[in-house]
Amino acid sequence: MAEILNISNLTITPKNEPNRFLVKDASLSLLAGKTTCIVGESGSGKSLTALSIMGLLSKQLQSTGSVIFKGQDIATLDNKALQKVRGAKIGMIFQEPMTSLNPVLTVGYQIGESLTAHLGLKGSGLKLRVESLLQQVGIPMERANSYPDELSGGQRQRVMIATSIACEPALLIADEPTTALDMTVQAQILHLLDELKTRMNMAMLFITHDFGVVADIADDVIVMFRGEIVETGTKKQILEKPQHPYTKALLACVPDYEGRKQLKPIDYAWLKDSKVAA
Amino acid sequence: MSNTDAGNIILQANHLVKTYIQSSGRFGFGKAQVRALDDVSIALKEGSTLAIVGESGSGKSTLARCLLQLQPVDSGEVLFQGQNLAKLDAQSLRAVRKNLQMVFQDPFASLNPRMHVGEIVGEGLLIHGLGSVAEQKNKVYQMLERVGLKANDALKYPHQFSGGQRQRIGIARALVLEPKIVVCDEPVSALDVSVQAQILLLLKELQVEMNLSYLFISHDLRVVRHIADEMVVMHKGKIVEQGNVVEIYNSPQQPYTQQLLSAIPGRKAA
Repeated sequence: MAEILNISNLTITPKNEPNRFLVKDASLSLLAGKTTCIVGESGSGKSLTALSIMGLLSKQLQSTGSVIFKGQDIATLDNKALQKVRGAKIGMIFQEPMTSLNPVLTVGYQIGESLTAHLGLKGSGLKLRVESLLQQVGIPMERANSYPDELSGGQRQRVMIATSIACEPALLIADEPTTALDMTVQAQILHLLDELKTRMNMAMLFITHDFGVVADIADDVIVMFRGEIVETGTKKQILEKPQHPYTKALLACVPDYEGRKQLKPIDYAWLKDSKVAA
Repeated sequence: MSNTDAGNIILQANHLVKTYIQSSGRFGFGKAQVRALDDVSIALKEGSTLAIVGESGSGKSTLARCLLQLQPVDSGEVLFQGQNLAKLDAQSLRAVRKNLQMVFQDPFASLNPRMHVGEIVGEGLLIHGLGSVAEQKNKVYQMLERVGLKANDALKYPHQFSGGQRQRIGIARALVLEPKIVVCDEPVSALDVSVQAQILLLLKELQVEMNLSYLFISHDLRVVRHIADEMVVMHKGKIVEQGNVVEIYNSPQQPYTQQLLSAIPGRKAA
């Protein structure tokens, strides 16, 4: 299977504190047609890893390591060269569909923006493409003339998805795209993303803190803890036979559907001692 | 509706109706009526947990606010230990409120950043004039220790704490008055899973220790399954199904409940 993205030894530190590792020595590989979930608690570095792929890290942070996208090291590209990759070859969806859309532009215009910028589409060709994208994400095409405030949260997230897949990217990064949504809407959006990934043979990097979502959508799973990747494996391996003490501890605090499980909060002190052994 | 066979009913709501007038249309010139609560009746048993489940806009938070008399209802009555809360004057209502406390969703927004933790937790004692100053202080210290913080945290400010610790402060504030009923409005949805597990365990322990009755509002059906004894499923202001949690999870009767339960992430794989 074709490798789309390869990150090796990614390290992110604040510029003024080079010894504080926000992400330390992270390496991962994403394949076409596969969904890889990064799981971790807040502050584990999962979002920073995603942002660094897009070159969107805050100016106060610095990163080292290589990010190879289809054979090209994009970590070394300047902003202008990176703009040709962002949105065209790598798409991104954020958590908050309410704040990631511009309230004064119609959704059709916003979906079309990247098509015009990257592919030079205009006029009726653009209109046709926008309408087909809306249909692909399950929104009636008349909605192209609506403003974001006229849509529900789920519909807005669908618009965001249409925007991010407009140029048929090889890689789609989704940073907690369903966290702000109701559960039934979440189920629909997860289904849609999974379907699009398969149809377009995209690699998908899906960031979440919810193991339920992992069970639904992942092929592979990466577990991050305090900036480090502690375990990588297939969904089955991670969910059924976790090896690292942190993964085990994290799974032990997720309430199960049957309600039989005794919840066990993570004992961080113990984890610190056992880390050496793992 | 469950009968009085197990446990006394401590809080009961009969046929609550609440309508809002909402502006509609782009510039809000239009008016539309929204039925936030449409003939809602519930009963909370002493020492048990009743979950109110529903998606955004289903009316679950409105129900909580109406039960606590934070908002007037259009019709219907709320009985606390047999007393109709809407009929009470402001002074007696204040006295009853000591027994009805609330834990909020967002531990970052629900604590006053200018007050130190001791003041936040002790404010209720002060308002209700419970005990001497020394007794109040003692009580605050004890409560902080009970929820897993330190007595000397009383002199710190909320920003010095993590999200989970702040939620512990919120719980201490609610419980220091030794209430009968605690309304928990999505108390763990803003927290990481490991912190969520800590807070759920703490809530369960405190419930047994202090014989608390919880009204637990949540959209997370896995959490509800874990903590609640009974549940009410709300949809568009109406109750679509209510009863024992285990029974509803095992055999949901209404299509909407079935749809909600099948949307729980990870259910297929489990």
